[in-house]
Amino acid sequence: MTDLDEYGRRARAWLDANAGELPREPDLATARAFMAKLYDAGYSGITWPAEYGGQGLSAAEERAFQQAARDVTLPVGVFGIGLGMCGPTLVSIGTEEQKRRYIRPLLRGEEIWCQMFSEPGAGSDVASLQTRAVFDGDAWVVNGQKVWTSVARQADYGLLIARTDVDVPKHKGITMFIIDMHDPGVTVRPLRDMTGESHFNEIFFDDVRVAPDQVVGAVNEGWSAAVTTLLHERVSIGMGAARTERPASFEALSRAARDRGLLGDRAVVDQLVDLYLQERAFDLFNARLTQEVKAGIFPGARGSIAKLLLADLTLAGADVASEILGAESVAYEGDGRGSGAGIARALAWAPGMALGGGTNEIMRNIIGDRVLGLPREPQVDREIPFRDLKVGTQSKEAGK
Amino acid sequence: MAKVREIAESSAPYDPDVWARMTGELDLAALAVPESLGGAGAGHAEVAVVMEELGAALAPSPYLASAVLAVNVLLESGDETAIKDLLPGIATGTTVATFAIPILGEPIPGARKSSGGYELSGPAPRVLSGADADLILLAATLVDEVSDGDGPIAIFAVESGASGLTRTPLTTLDLTRPQATLTFDATPARQIGPDDASEVISRVLDLASVALAAEQLGGLRRCLDTIVEYAKLRVQFGRFVGSFQGVKHKLADMHCTLEQAESIVRYAAWTADESPDELPVAAALAQSYLGRAYFQVAKDHLLLHGGIGFTWEHDAHLYYKRAKSSELLLGPPRHHRARLAERLGLTL
Repeated sequence: MTDLDEYGRRARAWLDANAGELPREPDLATARAFMAKLYDAGYSGITWPAEYGGQGLSAAEERAFQQAARDVTLPVGVFGIGLGMCGPTLVSIGTEEQKRRYIRPLLRGEEIWCQMFSEPGAGSDVASLQTRAVFDGDAWVVNGQKVWTSVARQADYGLLIARTDVDVPKHKGITMFIIDMHDPGVTVRPLRDMTGESHFNEIFFDDVRVAPDQVVGAVNEGWSAAVTTLLHERVSIGMGAARTERPASFEALSRAARDRGLLGDRAVVDQLVDLYLQERAFDLFNARLTQEVKAGIFPGARGSIAKLLLADLTLAGADVASEILGAESVAYEGDGRGSGAGIARALAWAPGMALGGGTNEIMRNIIGDRVLGLPREPQVDREIPFRDLKVGTQSKEAGK
Repeated sequence: MAKVREIAESSAPYDPDVWARMTGELDLAALAVPESLGGAGAGHAEVAVVMEELGAALAPSPYLASAVLAVNVLLESGDETAIKDLLPGIATGTTVATFAIPILGEPIPGARKSSGGYELSGPAPRVLSGADADLILLAATLVDEVSDGDGPIAIFAVESGASGLTRTPLTTLDLTRPQATLTFDATPARQIGPDDASEVISRVLDLASVALAAEQLGGLRRCLDTIVEYAKLRVQFGRFVGSFQGVKHKLADMHCTLEQAESIVRYAAWTADESPDELPVAAALAQSYLGRAYFQVAKDHLLLHGGIGFTWEHDAHLYYKRAKSSELLLGPPRHHRARLAERLGLTL
């Protein structure tokens, strides 16, 4: 038995002993306690640098652990943004002090992180953000608003990008900061989305003072840091999909069609075949991408392909589901646990997949620019100082 | 491509020198033949790689007919005597064989017992390399055993010079892959394999679906590469056309199709070698997806070239035509989709 086999065997044994009885959606205290145990056992931050609290091991050990954990649902969702996006950003461009201060508690689940990039006026074009950070004597003072922030209510810290120079073009005047989410100037407000629930938040900054040592990377060089963070995001959205439940999966819908006696209807069978082709094509691509990632190949912009395909699949699935269930999927009795309610929820969720983490149009731009290497669209705002730019949604009068 | 065009516009079905190198130097026709029978003992996944390259180059060659279809028919028939007699010539490339693909709803010849074995009568429409193959393998109904209009189907071999065989070369949209209609009139034939060969034929068609899908993948990838390069060079309105979202987004979608097509082909080829139970669904999936995907990409790659794509001198139409004829080669997409639905249990 190789050392690696032994590593995987021990990980499996540890998971059997510690992760077997976890609830699917644990409360925060349970999730934190599990994360601390995971860290203390050496399975959080396996490939992260040892001097900051990681295990300093190779991708091979990470693979062995993932393999051992493949059919275990770890309650790490609330730590996902920290582990998947904020942490890697700090490791690559954070200061020595920042890494020593933040990485270990992040890996141990003691501190939860969120990411604050999007604004009401800066969606696809995040670089046109208007949240300001102005240096005032000994600190940066932040004012503005962010939106679509996950886990902000639980978060202790967040990565923020804000405008620090309005006299240069938009990409060149942005800085990344670490924000203490408990600061009295930070207000987190749940954002009710079209599902009727609040999966995201709006965040308001009122004269939040941020010490200069909380700048991540260099002042006015926050854009390249943000791009790296966003690439991690797309990969995790697309690839996380294989493990999430799909109410409108081919399997569920073909069962529903059989139960309703619809398999004699050629139109229904045809739609199910289309859905199967789309779902299988996505799953097989996703499996290939996952294998490559586990082999140490960072998928980069190809994560956008998975994200785009998943968005289309999610919309298509909900659509086929509504055809099979009929009007029951838009009008139903009771507490929302029936199959109609499930499809109604899927219909309301589906657009989120095509918008969150970048719209389908932005994904196609990224695939065109970075995967295919096509010439970029001429950017009319590239050389214009930010203060002279039109940003966000303009009033009709302003357009005249 | 100049060579491809030269052959396509000539009466020769392929370049015999190239075929001799493919089968001699590279030993490609023996790729999937077991080592015990003098082959290379590689798998269907390796054959898929060859098919992908042939598809990318549009290389006119009897590889699919002889090294894929005919080899698989013989190997899957389990007929050891026939394998011993017929396979070595095919594996070395000295014999070019073909298999008349039975398409649902189209006629196949009938086989009647004769003093020396069997005699075949009837048509076999649209046979790959039908005009020039040295050895023709085909499915035929055992007419002596027909009851209620239905009889067992068996596999037969016919020599190219057999009596009563008429070969009529067809005009093909795809100039790089010739076909011929064969008619048999009391043509002596040798039976290969069992009296009821429907399972053998089904597996042969599944393997052909996978191999053809790999060829389609190669062509699809080439089409995309070509149009992406062109979009980086062609300027209109003072901009490279690839910078327009109307073009860029279409290319991005084509690339997504490629990534998925490749994933399906790799998986399907893997099932052919390693997981026979999964092959029937995987093969139907591969043809249902790849046939449409290749034609869509070939069509869009032609259209995105603009007017030049409509000219005879440009290669775009060669791929477009190959994509369309490949899409129909094993039956139209609706057949594959119906087969897929059936194999997924989408029946009452």
